[in-house]
Amino acid sequence: MTILSSTIEAMMNETRLDGNAAAGPLSELFARDITTALATCAKCGRETPVGTLFDYGQAMGVVLRCNGCEGAMLRLVRTPGSLRLDPSGVSMLIVATG
Amino acid sequence: MIRGASSGIKAIRDVSGSATSSIPRLEWKVATVVAVRDETRRARTLVLDVPEWPGHLAGQHVDVRLVAEDGYEAQRSYSIASAPGSAHVELTVERIENAEVSPYLCDVLQPGDGVEVRGPIGGYFVRRPDDRSPLFLVGGGSGVVPLMSMLRQHASSGSATSVRLLYSARSHDDVIYKNELNAIVAAGRARVELALTREWPSDWKGFRRRIDRAMLEEVAPPASDGGRAYICGPTPLVESVANLLVEIGYDAASVRTERFGPTA
Amino acid sequence: MSDRPFIARGFHARRPTGNAARIPPGQYETRDFPVLSAGPTPRTPLDRWDFTITGSNGQTIRWSWDELSALPREQPTVDIHCVTKWSKLDTKWGGVSVDTLLGLARERAVTETGFVVAFSDGGYTTNVPTADVTGGKAWIALEYDGAALAAEHGGPARLLIPHLYFWKSAKWVRGLRLTERNEPGFWEQLGYHDRGDPWREQRYQGDP
Repeated sequence: MTILSSTIEAMMNETRLDGNAAAGPLSELFARDITTALATCAKCGRETPVGTLFDYGQAMGVVLRCNGCEGAMLRLVRTPGSLRLDPSGVSMLIVATG
Repeated sequence: MIRGASSGIKAIRDVSGSATSSIPRLEWKVATVVAVRDETRRARTLVLDVPEWPGHLAGQHVDVRLVAEDGYEAQRSYSIASAPGSAHVELTVERIENAEVSPYLCDVLQPGDGVEVRGPIGGYFVRRPDDRSPLFLVGGGSGVVPLMSMLRQHASSGSATSVRLLYSARSHDDVIYKNELNAIVAAGRARVELALTREWPSDWKGFRRRIDRAMLEEVAPPASDGGRAYICGPTPLVESVANLLVEIGYDAASVRTERFGPTA
Repeated sequence: MSDRPFIARGFHARRPTGNAARIPPGQYETRDFPVLSAGPTPRTPLDRWDFTITGSNGQTIRWSWDELSALPREQPTVDIHCVTKWSKLDTKWGGVSVDTLLGLARERAVTETGFVVAFSDGGYTTNVPTADVTGGKAWIALEYDGAALAAEHGGPARLLIPHLYFWKSAKWVRGLRLTERNEPGFWEQLGYHDRGDPWREQRYQGDP
């Protein structure tokens, strides 16, 4: 039986970044900086600033996951000739305009 | 060129006043290295002249892109170390063994060279100049870099806001900005605590271990002061400290985090 | 603004010398084994783990961890290529050939189709033509470099399809769905290629 201890699990996830790291790629698509935006997870309803979401994409693209349920909220890939965004994991995005 | 400059000025006004702002299209620009400054055996500061730089907020970063002759490309993000309003944009880069980008920035890049940057980026991990809430900064390794921008901003302001920095490094030799931190403390502008995790001088009076709950209870301003905490560094440190601050009473909304990835 | 990129003086990819013929176009050799993943490391206890193959007719065959571990194992040594441009040569694996599993599935009336979707713990999926996982080209890998496959590299079991870009070698794999039509998986939905042959540089949808 293999169960990862919480320490080992923490080590395994140490490669994850957060929404701050995605801000550059996201700026290629969004007119406003959305890292301060509140995003509601379509799976579990948790509302989190985009800057805090876990970013797992690394070199392949942006994969922002919910801090609560780890559901993929926002995914972004840059291909030659297009930017592809799957926002289906976000049911609401609120950007304060001041 | 001119179009870029005028939309840049608009961005400065918006950014200081509102929660988020319309940003001009972030474009890659070729910055010129004006000077380099070795901070420690592993860390070097690059002083850059970035064309049409619109100014930045403390805590923001830039993306750096390197393209080789054969088209090979690598891109990384680096936090801005300089305070807002500085003449040049300063990045402090820590050399990671066998890595792609940091050895180039630390060992190859020279004054006069060009380097592509895009920024400033990020509105979340930011400390605004008019924010007077007590400030608690926690940095691990190179995570101290964006915190230094915040500390420099505070040090040169007249504000009486309470500012504390808890900075964890492997050894005393690895502490970046040592002299400047001493000067800031001597001038009474902030309280700085160092935690050395692997080795320390025999007469070391600071902490001799990784950041833990007891250390935070000792160093962090009480949550009831209504302060804000910024935590930056390797992902495991950031997540651990964030959880601990919430455990000792901080509201999750008062804690902002920036993860740098695996421990180097 | 010029379209020509700014060339960084003195910058080049770190590349060990030799082996050029084994490195596909646009790739660079690494001696490391970089860890990339699209999500957190799953942790299914082995006594609750299973591997299934489901046909388009709904028929399913299932193996428990013990049952899969008991199947005949091969020890392929292969080169692997990641779409992020690193290639690693002579990697050593131990695993059950997908041909073995599909053969057993056929005996249980699981009908084969033209396409396969591999699915993993955590929700990751990837699609490949069936022809790319048959004929000795693919394994369910349980070992790497002589030891049980580590969780960070996809353990306890991952799909291994070395002749395609490595995002097709789904980590933490839990089964295969045999589909009539091509169904783009996690990265393919976002523009990565349905097949992913590194020797033809099939990185993105639309690459020939």
